[in-house]
Amino acid sequence: MNTSPTALVHARGLRKEYGSGEGLVRALDAVDLDVNRGEAVAVMGPSGCGKSTLLHLIGGLDRPTAGQLTVAGQRVDQLSERALAYLRRDEIGFVFQAFHLMDELTAQENVELPALLAGCTPGEARARATALLQEVDLADRARHLPSMLSGGQCQRVAIARALANDPQLVLADEPTGNLDSAAAFDVLRLLEGLHARGLTLVIVTHDERIAATADRLISMRDGAFIDETRLTGGSQGHLGTFAEWEHLG
Amino acid sequence: MQQEVVLAMLAKEPSHGYELRARLGRALGPLAEGISEGQMYVTLTRLEKGGFVARLDAPAERSDRKVYCLTAAGQERVTEWMSDVSWPRPDLAEFHMKLIAAAQGALADPISLIDAQRRDLLGRLRDVGRAVMEEQKDSDAALLLEGVVLRLQADLRWLQACEIAWTKRRTRQ
Repeated sequence: MNTSPTALVHARGLRKEYGSGEGLVRALDAVDLDVNRGEAVAVMGPSGCGKSTLLHLIGGLDRPTAGQLTVAGQRVDQLSERALAYLRRDEIGFVFQAFHLMDELTAQENVELPALLAGCTPGEARARATALLQEVDLADRARHLPSMLSGGQCQRVAIARALANDPQLVLADEPTGNLDSAAAFDVLRLLEGLHARGLTLVIVTHDERIAATADRLISMRDGAFIDETRLTGGSQGHLGTFAEWEHLG
Repeated sequence: MQQEVVLAMLAKEPSHGYELRARLGRALGPLAEGISEGQMYVTLTRLEKGGFVARLDAPAERSDRKVYCLTAAGQERVTEWMSDVSWPRPDLAEFHMKLIAAAQGALADPISLIDAQRRDLLGRLRDVGRAVMEEQKDSDAALLLEGVVLRLQADLRWLQACEIAWTKRRTRQ
């Protein structure tokens, strides 16, 4: 097919239905989407608009009812369960609103786990996890259980875990939804850092501030895209105009 | 910005325009970029004419060497300003009327107006958000920029409410 070589995610006519008969719900309908390598795309919309469904399909957590979906060169809609699991493990990092850390594992062990599952030696996994925890500024919390960490710290551990297998794509579902504004800001900084490093990001969010850092913003309603905006700076480099300081004097 | 800002900065110690501009720069960060030193001198000259500040230096000095201090009247004005609770109002009524006029007069589609406005605000939010990240975490300027971010977020949320309401109106017709 005409998959653009730079598109990491390529979807055409994507549809997802739940239930059947009278109870049929079309969560997603006729969605076309290309996400280029290195691009950060934010998806916004009211609850139930299908944005999380879209993210779950891209991440191979769920299968489309119809349409084609290519992620990192592989047809997600046609892959075997096994191949799909490998794709999720090796190419995709997930960040969830509720962190989804393993409660009985320390921060360090949570970050090591995906690398161990991918066949790294314990030594490699440990070294990698140590470096990643350093990166999210939690080196001193490595031995803590999630229950001993704040929400913001848990989310930073989750981001480190998402990077454990050096994925091409990071998918975040309301990554700041459970955080206060200071913790949300730390997460925002980390996501910006990943973007700056060239990682491809798809972020579902209610937070305009996060959305504004993306290269492109998609607005969804009732399972479809209603607006797509390429975001560029709004002040032409003159931030002073925001505050209308020209009234000085 | 009010002349009182300049007056209040002089409460710390007598100072010249150059130093005042530098202090303003540290406090405002990138938001200070629209304020030139020249504006600062103009403001100080006006305040001097109004009797709120006085010169401490020899009258023949160059303008960047003029040292100003607060007069009693200036002192009083600063005190008043400190206790004043007036607050800048965001002018939402104008955009609100734009939407209504657009719909009633068939001038434009309110939804596209909202979309265009949202793009503009998101662009601003993007710039200010970047600026916050470039500031030292607990600096004065970062705190101010945080306020600008929160206001832009509030405006964007209102635009979302507008979009939902106008979409409903359109489908009702």
